[in-house]
Amino acid sequence: MPTLRESRRRLIRDTLIINASIIAFGFMFGLAARNAGYSPIEAMAMSTLLFAGASQFAAVGYVAAGLPWAPIVVLTLFLNARHVLYSAALAPRLRAISAPRRALMAHFLTDEAFALTAAHFHRLGRTDEGGYWIAALGGVFIPWNLSTLAGVLLGGAIPDPAKFGLDIVFPAAMGGLAVGLILGRREIVAACAGGLIGVAASLALGPGIGIMIGGLLGPLAGMAMPGPVAPDAGPGSPESELAGRTVDLDEAMTDLETIPDGAA
Amino acid sequence: MSTQLVLLALLMGLVTYPSRALPILAPGIEKLPPRALQYLRLVGPAVLASLAAANTLVLTSADGARSLHLVIAAAGVVVCLLLTAWRRNLLLGLIGGMALVAVARALGAG
Repeated sequence: MPTLRESRRRLIRDTLIINASIIAFGFMFGLAARNAGYSPIEAMAMSTLLFAGASQFAAVGYVAAGLPWAPIVVLTLFLNARHVLYSAALAPRLRAISAPRRALMAHFLTDEAFALTAAHFHRLGRTDEGGYWIAALGGVFIPWNLSTLAGVLLGGAIPDPAKFGLDIVFPAAMGGLAVGLILGRREIVAACAGGLIGVAASLALGPGIGIMIGGLLGPLAGMAMPGPVAPDAGPGSPESELAGRTVDLDEAMTDLETIPDGAA
Repeated sequence: MSTQLVLLALLMGLVTYPSRALPILAPGIEKLPPRALQYLRLVGPAVLASLAAANTLVLTSADGARSLHLVIAAAGVVVCLLLTAWRRNLLLGLIGGMALVAVARALGAG
């Protein structure tokens, strides 16, 4: 079991590597928002008040297409429902922290913050609130907002982002993050089914609903597969690294799920 | 400078917050049946794959019509996935995918 100092050093290293993709996404969001007619204040409001990349990108498309606000808000609810998973997985570890601080921590819970924090808690075998803030603020919130600002202010200097392949950053990164979560057959089946169903449902019903349907039905296909959810991914094994970031997420979540009462 | 979408951002944030906060704030809500936990553990890969596939392959035109969109961007995403799976390195995957798309477009494809 590493010491707090050792685990935080690893967390900071992982966080710095994650920063690269966060900065790229944030810049792309700022650029997309600018192209959709957002003002800098509006783009920054999305990145601070909503702070959820996928739904921010989706909203750019919806706003550009003139969709009314009510369906945008409902679709956001669906799209971000997956955060329940992360919150539920971290909850046992955070019990000892006061409710107001937990309420504040919740706003900063993202895919990346969860992945970094769950791995850090797993390494330590206990909670480290400071580690959560390193991951959530240093890893995601601050670089996301600074790069959003850069994208919306400086985006006009890039004449044609698609020429440089920048338009694929978002879907490629989403897919890459999914790859990082795949440690066994069930995850592979869930991801493949989610992708196929997502495309089919998006064609029929629109991307906002279709993406959520893929995400909700894909796991059912995965659960139909026999065998364990994932094989063990031991520390240092090739499966436990993604861009230097620990993605032994399944192991971390198993650990978090089995915390006895009062152990956090 | 327009500020109209600030209210939309606030509304979107308000509907997102409960999914982030409720399990953390409501004691015992995380004690879910094993099957439910199994399901939730598979939601991440499924949602992310669904997002990636729909964003890459589904094109929505200005009039709202949707169509399957097989272009060089899809190849770029596939290259990214393969590189990420092979090297366990997302940044390398992104660079590889973007490079393919940039080179292909420079050559006049997609």
